[in-house]
Amino acid sequence: MTRLELPALRHEADALWGFAERQFNLVKRYWAWEVLWLFYSLVSVLSIGYLASGLGLAGFSARDFHRTQLYLLVGSLLWSYLSSVFTDVSFAISWERWEGTIEYTFMAPVRRLTHLLGICLFAIVYGLLRSAIVLAIAIPLFKLDLSRSDLLAASAVLAAATVPLVGIGILAAVLPLLSPEKGDQMAMAVQGFLLLVSGVYYPLSVLPGPFQVAGRLSPLTYTLSGIRDCLLNGHHLGDMLPTLGLLLAMGAVLIPGGLVVFGWAEGRAKQLGLLKRSG
Amino acid sequence: MNEKTAVSLSGVAKGFRTWKRGPNGAWWRRRRDLKVALEPLDLNVPAGGVTGIIGPNGSGKSTLIRILGTLLTPDSGSASVFGLDVVAQAPSVRRHINRVSVEASFFKELSCWENMLYAARLYGSADSGARRRVEQLMERLGLPGDTLDRPMKQLSRGQQQKVAIARSFMTTPSLLLLDEPTTGLDPRSKREVQELLRSLRREREVTVLLCTHDLDEAAALSDRVIMLDYGKVLADGTPAELCERFGQPDLEEVFMQLSGRSLAEDEEESE
Repeated sequence: MTRLELPALRHEADALWGFAERQFNLVKRYWAWEVLWLFYSLVSVLSIGYLASGLGLAGFSARDFHRTQLYLLVGSLLWSYLSSVFTDVSFAISWERWEGTIEYTFMAPVRRLTHLLGICLFAIVYGLLRSAIVLAIAIPLFKLDLSRSDLLAASAVLAAATVPLVGIGILAAVLPLLSPEKGDQMAMAVQGFLLLVSGVYYPLSVLPGPFQVAGRLSPLTYTLSGIRDCLLNGHHLGDMLPTLGLLLAMGAVLIPGGLVVFGWAEGRAKQLGLLKRSG
Repeated sequence: MNEKTAVSLSGVAKGFRTWKRGPNGAWWRRRRDLKVALEPLDLNVPAGGVTGIIGPNGSGKSTLIRILGTLLTPDSGSASVFGLDVVAQAPSVRRHINRVSVEASFFKELSCWENMLYAARLYGSADSGARRRVEQLMERLGLPGDTLDRPMKQLSRGQQQKVAIARSFMTTPSLLLLDEPTTGLDPRSKREVQELLRSLRREREVTVLLCTHDLDEAAALSDRVIMLDYGKVLADGTPAELCERFGQPDLEEVFMQLSGRSLAEDEEESE
């Protein structure tokens, strides 16, 4: 990095913070909506927890019951986090369109990487905070026993998972960019497909062959199985190194790939005149 | 390329393709229509001064502004801003420009200051003196002192447009693209915005492209006027030159003579 590039780097860092700060301010203003979404996440996780409790009444042994409950709760909680990050990133473009600021943002002298990473930065921090609140409520309610869990190793897997997740979010943000009318719904469909194939509530082995292949390509699959291994099977950080490496490698492909696809989509949107309020 | 050329266009054309279905036609029987927004256009705008782009809705004014703003890619030809190609060197072009559009582009729930700070961070001007500079600009615009901390949605349209102009000046652009900045404002707000543009122009070395329906505004603010209709240039010159060349008392009459219709009537129809 030469001296001449430092002011540019400082500008990009300031802009990155600007995007994250803007998202924070929006969440602050739309706090009532955020409370509703938090409530929705909470009841979704609790429903899955009580579903497991219902299974406990069906004759499971106590050990199997607690294991199943934790298995499902980990899936539900992680899905709540991962889907909230995915939604925040993929909907960032739609939000700009609703507000009528999309042209202003795309005209700003800022790299697209900075723009998208700023959105992701906030989405990850905010997603973690929301999930922590839900977890804090779920632990006493279900008397979760995490004494055999390696929380440090689980946190490392979660941290590594955010890298490919950012890449998937950037890819999903392409949809509202190219299709102002249907882009949001398409992003929701992608999210639903990830839920289906990533082993959120069941192991991949129960899926038909083609879905299993899709599941193996999803970084969420490795995130979920890695975190479950740390929480349910007491795996440690050393055991998780292959998973961490795989997640980071997936991120190393998905983020640049996402940016290339986003760049292509931006060029296409400029040709077709889609970078405006109504598209 | 002349160093003092702010904007240069060579054969720039733009059209938009839409799928159309004939009456009673099946949904899969659609044809692709091309709506020409801009015919091949050659244009040079020297640095400094105000160039008015006037014409009715659909004349290609906004398309031209959006091409220069790096938001649209021309179908053919090339466009440059201070010698930088708007497609190949878009990131560099963006450092020189800012735009005020007919709809003030703000996050309406955020306060005026939060929107300003966001813009300052994007344009690299969010230093410790940013708030003071914004307050000074707001004072000059005649906005009440508490405006800065009020949500944008609580401001009138005129106030929002003034804030949009203040925001554009905060980033000290070399080329300011004003796309109908006073459309829809009450007469008093319109006069205040026009006066602000005059005074800021006196103080700063800035090139302004002003798109407007308002021919009086164009005549009062512009050094040069370009009349567009259906994506073609009808006339180009100073307001006085155009009136003299076509033997008409004002720009409205010039436009009527060249296009066969009144710009004022056209506006009413579109409303």
